[in-house]
Amino acid sequence: MTPAIEVRQLSKRYGKLVALDNIDLVVQPGEFFALLGPNGAGKTTLISILAGLTRASQGSARVMGYDVLSGYREARKRLGVVPQELVYDPFFTVREMLVIQSGYFGIRCNDAWIDEILQHLDLADKAHTNVRALSGGMKRRLLIAQALVHKPPVIILDEPTAGVDVDLRQSLWQFIRQLNLEGHTVVLTTHYLEEAEALCNRVAVLKQGRIAALDSMHNLVRSTRDYTLELRLSTDTLPSGLGTWPGGHDGCLHNLKIKNYTEIEKILSVLRQSGIEVLDMRLLQPDLETVFMKIMETDAAGIS
Amino acid sequence: MTGFYTLFHKELLRFWKVSLQTILAPVLSSLLYLLIFSHVLAARVEVYGSIPYTVFLIPGLVIMAVLQNAFANSSSSLIQSKITGNLVFILLSPLSYLEIFLAYVSASTLRGLMVGLGVYAVAAWFYPLPLQSLFWVVLFALLGSALLGVMGVIAGIISDKFDQLAAFQNFIILPLTFLSGVFYSIHSLPPVWQFLSHLNPFFYMIDGFRYGFFGVSDISPYISMIVVSCCLAAISGWALWMLKSGYKIRS
Repeated sequence: MTPAIEVRQLSKRYGKLVALDNIDLVVQPGEFFALLGPNGAGKTTLISILAGLTRASQGSARVMGYDVLSGYREARKRLGVVPQELVYDPFFTVREMLVIQSGYFGIRCNDAWIDEILQHLDLADKAHTNVRALSGGMKRRLLIAQALVHKPPVIILDEPTAGVDVDLRQSLWQFIRQLNLEGHTVVLTTHYLEEAEALCNRVAVLKQGRIAALDSMHNLVRSTRDYTLELRLSTDTLPSGLGTWPGGHDGCLHNLKIKNYTEIEKILSVLRQSGIEVLDMRLLQPDLETVFMKIMETDAAGIS
Repeated sequence: MTGFYTLFHKELLRFWKVSLQTILAPVLSSLLYLLIFSHVLAARVEVYGSIPYTVFLIPGLVIMAVLQNAFANSSSSLIQSKITGNLVFILLSPLSYLEIFLAYVSASTLRGLMVGLGVYAVAAWFYPLPLQSLFWVVLFALLGSALLGVMGVIAGIISDKFDQLAAFQNFIILPLTFLSGVFYSIHSLPPVWQFLSHLNPFFYMIDGFRYGFFGVSDISPYISMIVVSCCLAAISGWALWMLKSGYKIRS
């Protein structure tokens, strides 16, 4: 099967700055893929190379089997990109923008699909409003609509929910999830890790231009066994048996890092022997954020 | 083809939606030039023998309006798109660099011609003009507006800010236009300035255009046609190279 996105030994340098350092990445058709990383990790550079906005210094990038340089027309027809910047053309209305964008992709009569997108993105009543008059969230949704006019099999969303309020974020994700269920490959970057965790099947974490982690969401979250045992005790000092246990406390609320469940038993028995009462207890599961922070803390040499 | 046509149409709408500023305002300012210069200079400046100065001036003002507006259209459209960031919509599309080039230049040419026609229509209504050869008039209007449309593309790509674009307009386009014989026949100039005028491509456009009206010119229209066509070809090559390589627009 032809990969939706195939990136081989891709590097991008701006003078001495290495934005992307020898990246290999394959995204299969139908995946819901998250591209995560702190600012400056190279996410937007990678997206820009796939979209043809930036040229790679080395290596190749393909969309649905078409090289983004030598087969740029075919590659771009198959790719819908939602840029991070909130850009718009102040001369036109929402509908005009979508008709124009369709035309750029060689599509003449696209009214039925445009109506459908407008409906889904809750922009139908704004169809004849000048783009200038839209709120930030609406402009964001128009950008998504523009990326979808040519029904691209691969959709890349760079921070699609930045500045969109909670209500709309939900309906937006519902729409994107539906597109994914219909067979579109979706790649997204986001700062809301819980969104990525809830939606995506697979994750790549970029760090300083390299892929620091690449795995299914399930494996990645389970890869770290950093559970936290949250205990509310009758005292704010731990007994000597637990004095050196990793963790911290805020008054009587103690957080103890544990690697597995058997350690819970050990902690509780020490507390019992010391006569300390456990008032409340919670086990905090690791989440994507924990994993993400852990990857970011590891220095480059320590990444396996 | 649909891609080219869409971008062309979008560029057309862009100036048409603000036609008060993009068509009517330049027509009005050209007519003010006509009013003032003809009033001040009509009795003082000798041009082609029997042709009255005001009548001589009109084709110069018409082509000047054509050139300036053709340049203004592509250059301001590109710089606005670059600064607001919406150029990305074109860059993300499968449009080829040739389609982008042709769309911007055609729309600029059309705006130049529309303004020129406006100036001509009003001026000719007040001062009836001869018309020796429609062919040369149309040819030089087309070549000139296309050439300035292409120059506008280049200026729009090179400039990062509005003041850089304004510098293009004020330090290149305006002097070349004003020193090309819009307001005078270069035969009235000292030899050095006559020589320098021959190095100015704008001179050939204006001279050839004027030939179409009067059948008289400072230089043969065939030579002017060749000079202007060569300039157009050379500068188009430059603009196409810029668009193809992604100079300043694809990092």
